Amino acid sequence: MNQPIPASAFRRLGGRYGNTMFIALALVAIAILVNVTPLKEQTWLRVLFGISALNFTLRATVPLVLGALSGILCERSGIINIGIEGMMLAGAFGGFVAKTSTNHWPLAASLIFSVAVAVAIGGLMGAVHALFSIRFRMDQIISGTVIIIFALGTSSYLYNRDAIAEGKFSSIALPGLARIPVVGPVLFDNPPITYLALIMVVVVHVALFYTRWGLRTRAVGEHPRAADTVGINVNRYRYVNTSLGGMLAGLAGAFLVLEAVGQFQEGMTAGRGFISLAAMIFGNWNPFGALGAATLFGYTQALQNELLLAGVTRVPRQFISMLPYVVTIIAVSGLVGRVRPPAAEGKVYETEGSQ
Amino acid sequence: MATASTTTGFIRLLRALLIPFLALLAALLAGAAVMLLSGDDPLAAYSGLFQGAFGDGKSWARTIRKTVPFVLTGLSVALAFKVGLFNIGASGQFVIGSVFAVAVGINFDGLPAFIHLPLALLAGIAGGLLWGAIPGVLKVYTGAHEVIVTIMLNYVASLLGGWTVYAGGTQGQTPGPLWDRTAGAISETPDVLSSAQLPWLFGPPYRVHYGIFLALAAAVLIWWLIFKTPLGFEMRTVGHNMRAAHYAGIRVNYTIVLAMALAGGLAGLAGAIETLGLNHKFAPEFGGAVGFDGITVALLGQTHPIGVLLAAFMFGALDGGAAAMQFESGVPADIIQIIQALVLAFVAAPLIIRMIFRLRRQTHGDAGSAVSTSWSGP
Repeated sequence: MNQPIPASAFRRLGGRYGNTMFIALALVAIAILVNVTPLKEQTWLRVLFGISALNFTLRATVPLVLGALSGILCERSGIINIGIEGMMLAGAFGGFVAKTSTNHWPLAASLIFSVAVAVAIGGLMGAVHALFSIRFRMDQIISGTVIIIFALGTSSYLYNRDAIAEGKFSSIALPGLARIPVVGPVLFDNPPITYLALIMVVVVHVALFYTRWGLRTRAVGEHPRAADTVGINVNRYRYVNTSLGGMLAGLAGAFLVLEAVGQFQEGMTAGRGFISLAAMIFGNWNPFGALGAATLFGYTQALQNELLLAGVTRVPRQFISMLPYVVTIIAVSGLVGRVRPPAAEGKVYETEGSQ
Repeated sequence: MATASTTTGFIRLLRALLIPFLALLAALLAGAAVMLLSGDDPLAAYSGLFQGAFGDGKSWARTIRKTVPFVLTGLSVALAFKVGLFNIGASGQFVIGSVFAVAVGINFDGLPAFIHLPLALLAGIAGGLLWGAIPGVLKVYTGAHEVIVTIMLNYVASLLGGWTVYAGGTQGQTPGPLWDRTAGAISETPDVLSSAQLPWLFGPPYRVHYGIFLALAAAVLIWWLIFKTPLGFEMRTVGHNMRAAHYAGIRVNYTIVLAMALAGGLAGLAGAIETLGLNHKFAPEFGGAVGFDGITVALLGQTHPIGVLLAAFMFGALDGGAAAMQFESGVPADIIQIIQALVLAFVAAPLIIRMIFRLRRQTHGDAGSAVSTSWSGP
């Protein structure tokens, strides 16, 4: 406990990611420069760095970073979660059903209730994943696949095409901060779940690295036998973490339905859960790393959008739409030996003599 | 003695079939519960489903036709499982196989059918091989996990396939190379030339094509490859224990890439058969779902080629009967997807089934199929 926390925090934030942070800061500087000077009249610069591109980036980043945090919570405790896509979709659908059944409530109450339902459903899916993986010793990748297929099937089966969600979250400009040029409208004038997602990055980081719970979670994911020996209930930590992870995925679903789109569409997660996993790996299972990776992937989605809208290129739109997926493949391929997953991930833990 | 060994063989077969059978039963019961909860009539639904799958000659024809792609995508996933890899990319491989097959099928006018058709089928296999080899190569050389790569490649394949038939944009983009110039704004290829079409076994209204024989042949071939050849032995060894295989002198990397490529080839063949035998053209909306269902088929079939055949037939029946079920009973066909997910859950976790049906625990084989490999590094 005598460890100098600020120093280790900086090492974790800055040290290993020093170069990345420098590049990020340089990009922010360019973005500000472009948007406050006549440079914004240049079509290509506007496409790459305009306020609209930055706004879109953040909107695309939110579900990805929530999904990646979900993955981090599960995997740091040793449970592989490829079912994030399904948990997100289930959360989105649950949020949608809750919203459509409470349309007559005051808007804020109805929205908050719907978010709670989405989060609860996501958590439930997480708990099911944990139950499959731990109690029934199902292969964790297959269990995740079951979650995905089940969420796809159930949401399509129960989806009532006539139901319409009335209203969604609107932006809340933070007083003062929102008036900073460029940074203000991009970061400080957003709907609530966006703020919440950014706060969750800090919360998960602090919880994982500066609390007893976090230390134990990491121990369970790295060396369950050792953790067990000192009296930590390995499987209880795995149940709790996987359920919490499911809740974060559910929140990502709530974001899609209640903040970004305002309606439900079948299969609306469109691979975001999987891209989140790539962001988690790219970010080396660290919350801030995941935020950086999610921002990169979010930016490729924004770029795709801006390029199509601006009509500045004759490259067929299909190739532009491939950007996020191709970048994801390149990202997970370019990491030989540079990232390391939790050691005990994917393995069933059994106490001695439980056979 | 001979009788004794055949008896034990028979009992072993029964035991192998027990869990999948009970899993199916449990999934149908659970599906009925879901229907009851949402106010649908499960009896009407299941009788409609059965009628739609086996009610008359036309239903049988449809069931068999729908079985074909499931056999091939199921074999694709099962083969990858044998080397310990999870191929979620069958749908992408399916799409690329379709595109390659159609590209050959709409060109080369004047070729005799006995050259043109095999050429188109081979093109489909080649497309799938290439698309399947990518995750294998990336896995071996960079450690990229095949689950993420294959899923991303599914999206890329679907966009790439869409581009080949793209009708051209409003901003004057060049249309795709396979686009049918007479189709106006519709994005699709011209019809496959008759010399490259897979002939009907029974023509309309009993639409069954010769693809069923290709699927059966593929199942036998894969069975032979896995269980009767040195290569198959190497694949199974790699799947059991990669490190031991390496120390035993097996070329692990080569085996992994080859298995993924072959898995892709099987899914590509499925795409080729569907386009050359049934759709006779390619449009962006073709394919997709069968690839994902291949996972369930492979697991339900216990990753054994014969089991895959049975499971694929069951899925063909579920899919073939789904539309009739919705028409007869008004229960949305999506319930089939829920049942399929439940089947997968129950098959992958035999412990659940053993708990539900209070079966005695076996000393081995309880852990279900194991495919998890860590995210990075082979």
